[in-house]
Amino acid sequence: MSKRSLRGSVAIAGIGETPYYKHGQAPDSEFKLALTAILNAAKDAGIDPRDIDGFASYSNDRSDPSRIAAALGTKELRFSNMQWGGGGGGGAAAVGNAAAAVATGMADCVVVFRALAQGQFARFGQGPTTPTITGDLAMQAPYGLMSPGQRYAMKCMRFMKDHGVRQEALRAISLASYHHAQFNPRAVMHGRPLDAETYDNSRWIVEPWRLFDCCMENDGAAALIVMPADRAKDLPHKPSYLLGVAAGSDHRCAAPSHNAPNYASSSFASVAPHLYDMAEVKPGDVDVLQSYENFTGGVLMSLVEHGFFEPEASNDFLVPENLMAPGGKLPLNTSGGNLAECYMHGLELQLEAVRQLRGDSTRQVASVDVSMVIAGPMVTPVSSLILGSEATL
Amino acid sequence: MSPYLPKGLPAPTPESDGLSAPYWDGTRRGELMVQRCRDCKTWIWGPEWICHQCHSFDLDWTAVEGKGRIYSWERVWHPVHPALKDHGPYIVVLVELPGADNIRMIGNLLGDPMQDVPIGAEVEAIFEPHDEADPPYTLVQWRRV
Ligand SMILES: [Zn+2]
Repeated sequence: MSKRSLRGSVAIAGIGETPYYKHGQAPDSEFKLALTAILNAAKDAGIDPRDIDGFASYSNDRSDPSRIAAALGTKELRFSNMQWGGGGGGGAAAVGNAAAAVATGMADCVVVFRALAQGQFARFGQGPTTPTITGDLAMQAPYGLMSPGQRYAMKCMRFMKDHGVRQEALRAISLASYHHAQFNPRAVMHGRPLDAETYDNSRWIVEPWRLFDCCMENDGAAALIVMPADRAKDLPHKPSYLLGVAAGSDHRCAAPSHNAPNYASSSFASVAPHLYDMAEVKPGDVDVLQSYENFTGGVLMSLVEHGFFEPEASNDFLVPENLMAPGGKLPLNTSGGNLAECYMHGLELQLEAVRQLRGDSTRQVASVDVSMVIAGPMVTPVSSLILGSEATL
Repeated sequence: MSPYLPKGLPAPTPESDGLSAPYWDGTRRGELMVQRCRDCKTWIWGPEWICHQCHSFDLDWTAVEGKGRIYSWERVWHPVHPALKDHGPYIVVLVELPGADNIRMIGNLLGDPMQDVPIGAEVEAIFEPHDEADPPYTLVQWRRV
């Protein structure tokens, strides 16, 4: 039996987004934001939006595919998919789910989208204000352990202690994102540069994370269109071929009350080998990387678990010059990412990975053939994917 | 003893299916109750209906000694709950219990919120009653020994 793989069978043919806003400042309803991003992605792909026949998302996106299909006059709905669990960790998985549907003939044209208007709904970074609490949260919230930052800081603290990682390594990740955002007019932090001194003087949110180690909270929407590789070739843009995708988490990652056996982890230890196996590339082949920064410490552990360096080399590798486009050893988060472009739950990172392959980034890396995205570290399930140019097929 | 954190945080209650009720009943009595598989003796925490080693549903609730080691920690500065507004930094610790196969529990580290927190340091459990809460409950906190 031949190897089962999605490699090269589908491509991202179009990308689109709305303007990005600070949270609570979107002038439009969340559903309208979703529609706008989808229409923009269809226009970019050069297709009639009515020909989209599938929808995939993650983190319980509130914009229901059947409502979207009715609103857009979708000719025929064939795929309606939600990645289960993991919040932003589902970003690459949603593309993988769309790709699986397209590759197997369940659908012909699937849009992956994410829309957020946190002003109209609850914010991510706030604790529960109910008078009582139950289940696993009852073992945490009464101790003041409530927000995502608080939930994951102890993973990073243990990793940094085990491997002697210094705060400067986290700082480098933050500086790279802010640096790249200064070239990107879409970025919410465009015109708001960050330097090392400002980082060092910023307030702690939860040790080991300062203000600039934490993602923003934003409003907006993003979308991308997945189509069969042979059809994508006839469309306006160079296709971004999906080389590999993997999702999941390590053994008993969600063991309650912080009892995951591999605790000081981005959750990618078991996932990354599947990704490279399908993509048939090695970490050294990756030309540019977008790695989801919910918190910089998650990026640190994601990079280690994706094999870019050994944990003991973290301080040497994670210096600003290595991470900055165009000349760095591993250009990272070249649009500004979740820290400084927009927290579109990481889908903006996937759009940037496509732009890098097309040569369209505002901080373009020279001759990109392999473009990688890591979604939502430390949660479960997580996911990551690798896109390639035609030369990689 | 006054509680480590200000009043007004959500009160813990067992699930509607009662899974964690023996734990919360135990803390009221000053006992640290955790699960252990009757068939293969695996320690299980947090509460679950099945043994993840042997798939037995026959789980016992066993009192363990409140002796642990700090596995990880964090100092929280930015409040995300109204009850913690204007409250200074506080320390959350993840404590492993060597007497129960290193299962881990979450609590606060009592004492100076600015103290150094060495990973691996020995700690003991301190029961912190919240008798005025509705419903009343008791938290398990930790203190360096
Ligand atoms: Zn058992």
